[in-house]
Amino acid sequence: MAFKDTLGGRALIGNLWRNNPVFRQVLGICSTLAVTNLLKNTLLMCGGLIFATALSNLTISLLRAYIPKQVRMMVQVLIIAAYVIIVDIFIRAHWPEIHKTIGPYIGLIITNCIIMGRAEAFASKNPAWPSFLDGIGAGIGYSLVLVAIAIVREALGFGTLMGIALPARDIWWYQWTIMVMPPGAFFMLALVAWFGNTYVLKNESKGAAK
Amino acid sequence: MILAMTEPIAQSGPGFFTNLLIIFLAAAFTENILLTRFLGMCSFLAISRQMKTSVGLGFAVVFVTTFTAAINWLLHTYVMVPLGIQFLEYIVFIVVIAAFVQLVEMVIERYSPALYFSLGIFLPLITVNCAILGVSLFMLNKQNFGFWESLVFGFGSGIGWLLAIVLMAGIREQIKEDKIPPGLRGSGITLIVTGIIALAFVAFSGMIK
Repeated sequence: MAFKDTLGGRALIGNLWRNNPVFRQVLGICSTLAVTNLLKNTLLMCGGLIFATALSNLTISLLRAYIPKQVRMMVQVLIIAAYVIIVDIFIRAHWPEIHKTIGPYIGLIITNCIIMGRAEAFASKNPAWPSFLDGIGAGIGYSLVLVAIAIVREALGFGTLMGIALPARDIWWYQWTIMVMPPGAFFMLALVAWFGNTYVLKNESKGAAK
Repeated sequence: MILAMTEPIAQSGPGFFTNLLIIFLAAAFTENILLTRFLGMCSFLAISRQMKTSVGLGFAVVFVTTFTAAINWLLHTYVMVPLGIQFLEYIVFIVVIAAFVQLVEMVIERYSPALYFSLGIFLPLITVNCAILGVSLFMLNKQNFGFWESLVFGFGSGIGWLLAIVLMAGIREQIKEDKIPPGLRGSGITLIVTGIIALAFVAFSGMIK
């Protein structure tokens, strides 16, 4: 059986594109959207998010038989919070400068709807290894969208990528102040949602035609 | 994040109540939790379809942010800092919020079953509404907040969220019948309108220094 036909493989790949949570429902953008005006911050946040989603999925899946139904949300949140604390301490130790600007947003990974959503929809019902892959898939699928937004925002707003000036910036580049400000993020995300929805609608009508 | 919580703010400069008013206005307008910090987007996008549920959820959020900010400030200042366990703040905050939401849920269920049913799944989801946890975390970032400042900050942030969702619900009810490109329907157009509202709120930014 090829990797992409296993339960875990399907979960991993499906989350990247077809079931991409941001495209389909614009879920879980809260905390991370705020840091998309600089690519480096976005990559850090996304790294933290992938780590937290994958490992909390794994843990919740391993413990799923022992968690009572009534308190499972609470237990899930606590597990996620524990991993986010690890991310927070790690970033604080290695990138103290960035931590100063995005600090509170790292804590907010806990309340990111995607992590809770995957924990509830997948990890609480499936074995450990597929859950782990599902977490990685959801994290990466989500990161792809945010990195795309960050690239556009940083290029138009600051004329740089990862803090490095774009080539021949003086000649052609003109600052789009709105891209640095919060409304820019809303407009970019709207474009992404438009693109995603159009793609999905097209596929659905194609499926109906068959 | 160095969390040196000092004693309640030194009262030089603006008077005590003026200061609180400034904190309130800043939290509600210039630093609107939804429009400038992107917090609480999930429930915002899903619930703002209807005016009635928006108002209900908005007030629930105001209530919860106000009290959780105050409780979390007390816990942080008098328990976590003396014991040196600030690294546990995420877990403590989220537990406080979850317990408090449970309480609100029971109260609403008892006194307004109609609202309870229309809010449906989103009431328990306030627990994972980033706006609530966000208020507590941003509160700690403001070094010199005392108890009353935190309470007012939580209240102002909640009001800001309420404002944003009610504005949005009003607009969405109006544009429901309009011809919108199919791909933009739902979240797409909502985000564009949110962007425009956010632009309008940027105009407040010079108001408070």
